[in-house]
Amino acid sequence: MRTANGRRGRWSLRALGLGYLTVLLLAPLVVIFFKTFEHGLAPPIEAVTSPDGLHALKLSLLMVAIAVPLNTIFGVGCALLLVRHRWKGNAVIDSIINLPFAISPIVIGLSLFLLYGTKGWFGPALSEAGIEILFSVPGMVLASIFVSVPFVVRETVPVLQEIGTEQEQAASTLGANAWQTFRRITLPAIRWGVAYGIVLTTARVLGEFGAVSIVSGQISGETETLPLFVEKQFTNFNTAGAYGASVLLALLALTTLLAMNVLKRKEDA
Amino acid sequence: MEAHASTAAAPRGSGFRLPWVGAGLGRGTVALYLSVIVLLPLAALVSQSFEGGLSTFWTQVTSPQAVRSLELTVVCSLIVVVINAVFGTIIAWLLVRDEFPGKAAVNAVIDLPFALPTIVAGLTLIALYGNESPVGIHLVATRAAVVVALLFVTLPFVVRAVQPLLIEMDRDMEEAAASLGASNFTIFRRIIFPNLLPGLAAGVALAFARALGEYGSVLLFAGGLPETQVSSVFIRSQIESGNNTGAAAVSVVLLVASLLLLAAISLIQRWSSRHERSTSGNAETGLTVMPMSGMSPTEKEVDDEDR
Repeated sequence: MRTANGRRGRWSLRALGLGYLTVLLLAPLVVIFFKTFEHGLAPPIEAVTSPDGLHALKLSLLMVAIAVPLNTIFGVGCALLLVRHRWKGNAVIDSIINLPFAISPIVIGLSLFLLYGTKGWFGPALSEAGIEILFSVPGMVLASIFVSVPFVVRETVPVLQEIGTEQEQAASTLGANAWQTFRRITLPAIRWGVAYGIVLTTARVLGEFGAVSIVSGQISGETETLPLFVEKQFTNFNTAGAYGASVLLALLALTTLLAMNVLKRKEDA
Repeated sequence: MEAHASTAAAPRGSGFRLPWVGAGLGRGTVALYLSVIVLLPLAALVSQSFEGGLSTFWTQVTSPQAVRSLELTVVCSLIVVVINAVFGTIIAWLLVRDEFPGKAAVNAVIDLPFALPTIVAGLTLIALYGNESPVGIHLVATRAAVVVALLFVTLPFVVRAVQPLLIEMDRDMEEAAASLGASNFTIFRRIIFPNLLPGLAAGVALAFARALGEYGSVLLFAGGLPETQVSSVFIRSQIESGNNTGAAAVSVVLLVASLLLLAAISLIQRWSSRHERSTSGNAETGLTVMPMSGMSPTEKEVDDEDR
């Protein structure tokens, strides 16, 4: 009786869990791939390789090229400070770093919009100096950095805690200076954790929509990243373009997933 | 683990540390970076929301449209976290306790909503549940669309928060309960559920925070009709119509909600690490760990736990 019940329970749980995943995640994804290539490869490829599409792709890559290295250097340094240097302020820094996880991207975008806008604290002074932040690339970069601040820190801290300090102590006893110890001992030990953080940062920067949409002004061919391009194409009823760019972004997301899995395995090994 | 924890706690001179001046300089740099990137913009937001004084702030926040959008956001987010708490726990259970072909793939796919840009998530849902739906379900510009979009983007939180706890859980108690004649439901209610509660609570809080602020996926799928306008979309419409103070006021409400949820998560973690002497040493340093960003525990961890 018990086993029959248990078996029935197991199958109904499987049906519920996997059914839910199918309806919510897998089926929509399959349909969008199908719809994109319904009329062959040409329409989506044409849309993505149009001048505006290419520009959006380039701009998205530029965001990654600036925001990811900055947040990586900051993240590793900040993780070292948090784990290895006890300080009263650490708890405050730790909480601030988590903020971008919990704040709406729209709220982030609006904050930057207000700070650098014509009536904002910095806007007037900067525009007098000839520096435009809003509706141009610098503002979009600031938004991308804001939303992706936490990832490298959050992934590096637990690894640093876990590796301990014995090897580093040995290195410094043997006469290695701080930089040598870091480069030869610490960095190799935390590299997969950092790499995991970098992958998450990249995915977030590539996909960011809300914050960037507010500060960019969404000018086609000028301040449009790929996600903004998707929205513009969709609202202009160019579904081929919207689906084409979406599938490109989805493929990048799947690559991210793959990288996450590989790195996770290396980290555990 | 214990050894690591004690060395980490060892006094000065242990391991790679920045020299004293370096640590000071580092702290200064970190503080400056976080101030410029995160704190100053948020300060500008708060200042703008109170520009017309407290009464203007209150008028903006209590305007019928603002209240309607906030209500819709909170109600939809609550529905979503309840559904995802149930299904997230079921999926986590399947991934830890069950064996079925394709399990590794399912485990990887869970993180897809973390990796997929939200605007693509919205468009993906439109492809299946939009006006040209191949299955004849039309959800675009309905409140159901808000719920489905939020379900999609918050799916991984509960799964990833509950999964490690299920892996760590000792099965002796369950077997003891079963041998004493407890039914499956009783075992779940009295033994499994209390053990999962801290992870479940943290996952739900994170999912709730994400749902409250979600924008991209809801924008296209649910549209900006007055009756489907969540707070983030409302804020956007206020910016477009030039009402910066109104936009900032509603943003501050969302910001406060985020802060409260983060505080709740950190309390939950402190409470659970005190209960079970966390192995990762977080109890000692007090640093938070986010059950997010696809920390899928692998089989190897299970082996380590057993050893």
